[in-house]
Amino acid sequence: MNGTKLAPRDQGAPDYTKFLHPAMARNYGKWDYHERIRPGVLLYVAENGDTLYTVRAGSPRTMSPDLIRKICDIADRYCQGYLRFSMRTNVEFMVEDEADVEPLIEAIKTELGFPIGGTGPSISNIAHTQGWLHCNLPGTDAAGAVKALMDDLIEEFENERFPNRVKIATSCCQINCGRHADIAIIVQHHHPPRIDHTNMQICELPKVVAICPVAAIRPAVVDGNPSVEVVEEKCMYCGACHGQCPSMEIRDADTDTLSIWVGGKGSNARTGPSLMKLAVWGLPNNPPRWPEVSAAVRRILETYKEEGKDWERVGEWIERIGWQRFFEKTGFPFTKYHIEDGPQAMWTYNRSTHVRI
Amino acid sequence: MAEKNQGDNSPDTKELNTPLLDELEEGPWPSFVTDLKALSRKKPQVAQLLNQLEESYEDRWNYWTGTVLNVSGYGGGVIARLSEKKDKYPDLAQFHTIRIIAPPGFVYSTKALRNLAEICEKHGTGILQLHGLTGDILALGFDDEGTFAAAEDLMENGWDLGGSGAALRTMQCCVGQARCEMACFDTMKTTRSLTNHYISLLHRPEFMYKFKIKISGCANDCANAMIGADMPIMGTWRGPMQIEQAKVAEFIDEKGVEYVIDNVITRCPTRCISLKGKELVVDHEDCVRCMHCINVMHKALKPGKERGITICLGAKRTLKIGDTMSSVIVPFMPLETEEDFEKLTDLIDRIWDFWNDNSMDHERIGEFIARVGLATFLEGVGLEPDPRMVDRPRTSPYIKFEELAPGPFEGEQKQEPPVWNREPESSESA
Repeated sequence: MNGTKLAPRDQGAPDYTKFLHPAMARNYGKWDYHERIRPGVLLYVAENGDTLYTVRAGSPRTMSPDLIRKICDIADRYCQGYLRFSMRTNVEFMVEDEADVEPLIEAIKTELGFPIGGTGPSISNIAHTQGWLHCNLPGTDAAGAVKALMDDLIEEFENERFPNRVKIATSCCQINCGRHADIAIIVQHHHPPRIDHTNMQICELPKVVAICPVAAIRPAVVDGNPSVEVVEEKCMYCGACHGQCPSMEIRDADTDTLSIWVGGKGSNARTGPSLMKLAVWGLPNNPPRWPEVSAAVRRILETYKEEGKDWERVGEWIERIGWQRFFEKTGFPFTKYHIEDGPQAMWTYNRSTHVRI
Repeated sequence: MAEKNQGDNSPDTKELNTPLLDELEEGPWPSFVTDLKALSRKKPQVAQLLNQLEESYEDRWNYWTGTVLNVSGYGGGVIARLSEKKDKYPDLAQFHTIRIIAPPGFVYSTKALRNLAEICEKHGTGILQLHGLTGDILALGFDDEGTFAAAEDLMENGWDLGGSGAALRTMQCCVGQARCEMACFDTMKTTRSLTNHYISLLHRPEFMYKFKIKISGCANDCANAMIGADMPIMGTWRGPMQIEQAKVAEFIDEKGVEYVIDNVITRCPTRCISLKGKELVVDHEDCVRCMHCINVMHKALKPGKERGITICLGAKRTLKIGDTMSSVIVPFMPLETEEDFEKLTDLIDRIWDFWNDNSMDHERIGEFIARVGLATFLEGVGLEPDPRMVDRPRTSPYIKFEELAPGPFEGEQKQEPPVWNREPESSESA
């Protein structure tokens, strides 16, 4: 910085007390109950009777500064200059007077073009990763895949028609930054990394060796250069080495596919948190709109909507009806690839005679 | 930036040519393509960004390389990207993301948000993502100089950079008591206090690998902590939950008794709720604070009055040993006073010390605990075992009972490590 004075360091998290809507500041810790008065609109009532209507709008997450300013214009006009974002990248506009709700919704729809919804037993905005827009490892895109999927599912964002909420996530590689969700979409690779032996000097080789979960990588000298070799029988194509070393290319535009996983949840309500399980594999990575993925997700959702009981999340519904019936009802095949392997596998087999016949 | 100035912006790379991305302008969901196209009229590098993205769509291939770039005094917070097509798209030669610590609970004043947009637009493209899965504000599209200038400008305006790499990461919490009656403790305050207490560890990677703390006000876990954080801090309570029987009766009158049986009574994980007429009877000793009945009957039921937190450890997604889930480390502790907060940071310090002293490179804490065993871990950090930490006792009979094994060398005293969750009996025993 050419010796110029540096700004203060290590200031930490911003002081949120300056960013609270006045009704939030007044009633901090003194809320009494809330109601979903219609899809996308929540009413919070404080102990003293104060009301705060929250209108939730789906955002594209990636936004230009002008779009941010348009959002701010609406919050200035209706919400006393305050707003918040939800965990799943929705914008939440808050007003104290019920009479402001309709004009606010109108402004959001016409000025931003954002849909209203994502509350209660609906599909909320999709948690996603960076993809081809800005990641260094992705096998597919994120923002585009989400846009295409939400175009297809927007009615389910704008309505509350499921047994319980549905969280969807997408991830662009097997590191799976999108994490667990009721329904998740992940890229899968299908052969071992292709090693650029001429460019391994950019990587810390001991780390490359150590990061392999199945110890398939070992040091080797190739054409006089220090490098590594991969025991292909052991390799499970996870791409851990690729994250560690870009010269271990795991992706393949021609063979990478997408898979769909179901039944993850983080909430402890009723049942504890659960991991998602493989439902559908081998779907094509098909930009710009990934229609095969949308169709498969929709098929799972329609079955869940039809068959699930009130309050059951996707995973709880499948637990109740059993995986056999999940595959029967959705029509997706159960294959040998659905059976777990690895050290914990035996605990996932049916260790009883409890069988639906 | 000589390279950038000499770049030959031939017309075909300056003009937008994105037939595949154009298909993402159709449909009812708001389109980032439409928005970025509008931005590209002000910011020519955004046109290059879209054109490169279009090539990714065509080729199903990625054109970004990762690298390292640090703002003076910081060891993280910048996700540096170089375009592999910099000859064609010179403005993407350096095109970095800055992670910025978001306000806890993602609350903003428009003044703050406008300030953020203005700074990011001045020094880069101004593209903002609200928010990344890390819990940060992500600002995209800065070259090296722009990154440094933006960081100074951001910090001058009270913002600070987020975490990246083998460091404490930016924390994330639910809206908590600011707008939720279910929040059992002050999630926003805790998030800010912990962030600021440990800010140096967030900015300067000193750990064996990343460490994420996420904070939810109740078991509903709106912050996605249980499956997304190395350390979920979850709101809970001690003693009976609050029941307002008059509102229970109202609920039954409105929804019918069958609805209550199907959706409250039988959905309780420990079957600790029963109905007596229009009265809800709860065996509080068996309640595991799952929040379900409160979610359904949220006017009639509330968390108990003596509130606090449950601390868990260990969740991460699948690389390398497979998924790990968080498990209970501290079943309950209050988090109201300064002393409570100090007790929490004391525990976190012990956890980090033991983990970093004994873990392998790139080993998350869940993987570490899986490798050394929970019992060893508890001893290492000074926590006494508690049956609430496990689903069940062990089934394997091969056990090294320290009490039953031959003693250590004669005369040697067994050193008892200090225990975090037990008050010292007397200072003399130390």
